[in-house]
Amino acid sequence: METTVFLTSAVVILSGSLGVIFSKNPVHSALFMVQTLFGAAVLFVLLEATFLAAIQVIVYAGAIVILFVFVITLLGVDRAEDLRVEPISGQRPLAVVLGASIFGIILTVLIVAVGGPTGVQEANTPIGDAGNNTRLLGETLFSKQVFSVELTALLLTVAVIGAVVLSTRPQKPLIKTSEESQNHNFEEEIEEGKE
Amino acid sequence: MTVTTTWYLSLAAVLFSIGTVGLLVRRNPLIMFMCIELMLNAVNITFVSIGSHLNDLGGQLAVFFVLVVAAAEVVVGLALVVAIMRRRARTNADDLNILGG
Repeated sequence: METTVFLTSAVVILSGSLGVIFSKNPVHSALFMVQTLFGAAVLFVLLEATFLAAIQVIVYAGAIVILFVFVITLLGVDRAEDLRVEPISGQRPLAVVLGASIFGIILTVLIVAVGGPTGVQEANTPIGDAGNNTRLLGETLFSKQVFSVELTALLLTVAVIGAVVLSTRPQKPLIKTSEESQNHNFEEEIEEGKE
Repeated sequence: MTVTTTWYLSLAAVLFSIGTVGLLVRRNPLIMFMCIELMLNAVNITFVSIGSHLNDLGGQLAVFFVLVVAAAEVVVGLALVVAIMRRRARTNADDLNILGG
């Protein structure tokens, strides 16, 4: 049963991620990303991280992907990108080689060299079962990790302020270029001459 | 045939590599952001599976913070993309040379 669920969600995740990078249309990429995120959420359930599975669906699929789709529709960049044109010659083979070597390195480090993950068992807090996972996570977040939570709040505030500042249209240019100031003076002179 | 931690780690490695290749190959900044999200998801799977292997809640705590950082990164990044695309029509990462002299 567990094997079936794992293999199914692995197929869902991998096909979704391949769809993200091979779709011509950005909207299709966003939808394929939702597929990948749902597959990862299923894996989280399988690993008894129930709170993270819910958060994965709500935050990622519900907020981040929606943000992507909004930006795509706002910018009107829904026209297809021609994937056959290679912008820099020889880049794609190099990218594939680099990706394959990164895959090999990660696999070696994670699995072959170490023989599976090592570490101290239950060094922080035991996971607990699916029932009290959320409670344990919350207790640890607000007792041992409370400083990190505060820093996270600060980070989110900075991100919101930054997004607002970046997205407000400037009323007048911050630095006047020489052409603009010349034109401006010229117009003022004309008006003064009329008066 | 039981599912071991190695399976999860292999899947996460494949997902991370796919995200890397996508980030290098695609030229649309939005899709490059999506590929970064794919890589972050691969790391999340790694964290949760190793945490489950060691029966330690630290892995899930790390995923929590990764989620928050990913959300903040997407918000600021998309605001930057919108601000740049207001000035230029083409959405291609190769055309972004406004910092050049």
